[in-house]
Amino acid sequence: MAMRLSNRIRRRAETVIECVLFLCAAGSVLITAGIIAVLVMETAAFLRDVSIVEFLTGTNWTPLFSDKHFGVLPLVAGTALVSAIAMAIALPAGLLSAIYLSEYAPSRVRRVLKPTLELLAGVPTVVYGYFALLFVTPLLQQWIPSLSGFNALAPGLVMGLMILPLVSSLSEDALHAVPDGLREAAFALGSTRMQTTLRVVVPAAVSGIAASFILGISRAIGETMIVAVAAGQQPRLTANPLVPVETMTAYIVQVSLGDTPAGTLEYRTIFAVGMLLFIMTFTLNVVSNWLRQRFKGMYS
Amino acid sequence: MSRVYEAQSLLPFVTASTTLASEGPSKIAATHLDFYYGQAQALTDLSLGIPPNLVTAFIGPSGCGKSTFLRTLNRMNDIIPRTRVTGEVRIDGQDIYAPGTDVVALRRKVGMVFQKSNPFPKSIFENVAYGLRVNGLQGNRSELNERVEESLRAAAIWDEVKDRLHQSALSLSGGQQQRLCIARTLAIQPEVVLMDEPASALDPMATQRIEELIFELKKTYTIVIVTHNMQQAARVSDRTAFFWLGRLIEYGPTDRLFTNPQEKLTEDYVTGRFG
Amino acid sequence: MFGDLLLQTMAILIILLALMALGALLVDVFSDGFGRLSWAFLTSFPSRRASDAGIYPALIGTIFVIGLTALVAVPVGIASAIYLEEYGTGGRWSRLIEINIANLAGVPSIIYGLLGLGLFVRTLGFGRSVMAGSGTLALLVLPVVILSTREALRTVPFTIREASYALGATKWQTVWHQVLPVAMPGILTGLIFALSRAIGETAPLITIGALTYVPFAPDGVWSPFTVLPIQIFNWLSRPQAAFAQNASAGIIVLLLVLLGMNAVAITLRDRYRRFRG
Repeated sequence: MAMRLSNRIRRRAETVIECVLFLCAAGSVLITAGIIAVLVMETAAFLRDVSIVEFLTGTNWTPLFSDKHFGVLPLVAGTALVSAIAMAIALPAGLLSAIYLSEYAPSRVRRVLKPTLELLAGVPTVVYGYFALLFVTPLLQQWIPSLSGFNALAPGLVMGLMILPLVSSLSEDALHAVPDGLREAAFALGSTRMQTTLRVVVPAAVSGIAASFILGISRAIGETMIVAVAAGQQPRLTANPLVPVETMTAYIVQVSLGDTPAGTLEYRTIFAVGMLLFIMTFTLNVVSNWLRQRFKGMYS
Repeated sequence: MSRVYEAQSLLPFVTASTTLASEGPSKIAATHLDFYYGQAQALTDLSLGIPPNLVTAFIGPSGCGKSTFLRTLNRMNDIIPRTRVTGEVRIDGQDIYAPGTDVVALRRKVGMVFQKSNPFPKSIFENVAYGLRVNGLQGNRSELNERVEESLRAAAIWDEVKDRLHQSALSLSGGQQQRLCIARTLAIQPEVVLMDEPASALDPMATQRIEELIFELKKTYTIVIVTHNMQQAARVSDRTAFFWLGRLIEYGPTDRLFTNPQEKLTEDYVTGRFG
Repeated sequence: MFGDLLLQTMAILIILLALMALGALLVDVFSDGFGRLSWAFLTSFPSRRASDAGIYPALIGTIFVIGLTALVAVPVGIASAIYLEEYGTGGRWSRLIEINIANLAGVPSIIYGLLGLGLFVRTLGFGRSVMAGSGTLALLVLPVVILSTREALRTVPFTIREASYALGATKWQTVWHQVLPVAMPGILTGLIFALSRAIGETAPLITIGALTYVPFAPDGVWSPFTVLPIQIFNWLSRPQAAFAQNASAGIIVLLLVLLGMNAVAITLRDRYRRFRG
């Protein structure tokens, strides 16, 4: 009898524990709901005063001036410019180092190089901001005298450095997942290692590599401190990397640093910009996850 | 509670198997058991009765369902996702797949030893004490010590480990680890011990020790052993069941099954024509 | 063959270049900031005169905020991971939660700042307090904690679970007594990684309105605060070179804190391994 009673208590306890664990896990759904709720509410309030057409197609962004314009394109252009520079570094360099680490490097070299590269991802972004502003920009100014103190080039390059390990390690995982049988088949047909790598292994891993690229882009778009420190605060619609620009994220920081009162239109702009940023990165992440799932399905 | 068990365990063997019509009551009786991994059917219409205090061996080629069947007897398959069981398995007359069954209590009663020895990465002592602790049977310190020693003795490993009870179980040899796993299982005083190819990863000496141990243990326990080694089945078991593609082909006293099989398939298998 | 050589040389050059950039960063930071490091720098309040300024409030603020963040994110994160890995396998709900967490892990940190601003600072009325900052960072690192804990749980051999169930242990007993101890080194490493990330986070805390000039140390969870990266950012945004030097010194401290945490992680992990044996 005592045994049965204790069994019942035990079973009750198990149920309670499972419920608690489930609630913790389900709580993460509330985070997403919270993000969407906050962004949607403030953005809706913003769009009552500013038409969505002006917001998305306007080429002037001056919400903090007396002559207010709410065209977000200059911020989008700033984000795109810096991200493009970052990706011009991170994509080829990341892929190349992934190929080297996965297909060429002796395992001893790989074991040392991999964690060392990951160190790059562990540096706080404000430190990268410092590096871009006080080291890279002055260095570049020696060759490019017309480079402004704030510009898109230096933060873009440094951001590329920061994203490199992400692209490299995810691409390497993808290359690694390609079955050895494919490599052996290529070697058996008389291919060199490079032919095997470039014509067989990389194409076989292409959706996994693409997933890493897209995740890298998403990371670049959302990166804040490097650009807030080193890119400037001048929203302008330009493709010139030598002049100050402002990204979407840097704008949010700029307003947060000021004393813009809550509930004003200026205050709501950061949520509208945040909403746009969220939609962009969310879409990229979903595509990246989808590609990765598809890739996983191919070789398992 | 126990009275119900006793009354129902008088069910004749015949309900479960036609081949052993004259035997006494079964300890375990499976009837029309089907088992599925997802869409794939692994067991088909299995009916079989296992007598108490004997060693029953399951033999058959790899993938024939013998291990799957063994694992339905203490519901270990429950922890594998997307599996499904129909039909019934009665132990002491009680359907272990009936709704509301306490699986934890079932596994206390039906212990299991696995193919690959899997001691916990803890001390030898803690490995044996764990089952007692989680079942609230540890008692006071000296009772716990006593039961650990008792179990290690019963598994014929006490003399080898008594001076290093608090060292890691992973420091033991493969054969010792497997006997430790047996000791761990015996500690919670099960009535049935299921063994899934317990010696397949061991050298001949270690295997022999396990076999001697099985012989010793059947005095106290009902033992069911899966093996793909036919000599082993012939050496240790009293009853043998031959499985083929998820079906029970033949079941009978071990001597008869090996010397005078009724089915052509059984004969081909035990004479080594395939497998 | 020539192609192979070219490809390898280019890859090695690129990796070396990246590591040289990291080296340049460190050398630059240390040569600029090392001279500013002193006991006074650690124990002084910020000041309008660069040479008097210190990081005391930022250092204490970082400790407060990260401590509270860990207090929230670690138990909830581990519990969630246990649910997803050990309990809710395959169900529709857990599938949904899994996708959700994967997506949350990719949300830019500044968006969490906006969430914290809307939720903690405004709706819940926490103000610009340590509580609001920790809440925001806890939400930010939660997906990281969950993902890394799941990785660690996944490395625990299935046979250990099997053995425990076969002895009549319940699910929770199995998780608590067998799975968690084996997974602990991996979980700890993941936790330290997640908290290191939280220590370096700047943008979300700026967004919720953490102050950039704080002449006092926080004295409770409702106190206004600043943290080390924000102090660094603040000094970086001043034009005078002397403040940039302060920023370098602050960065040295920040990097040393991160280095220390990783050393602690490695030590803990090793000790855990030895005790388990």
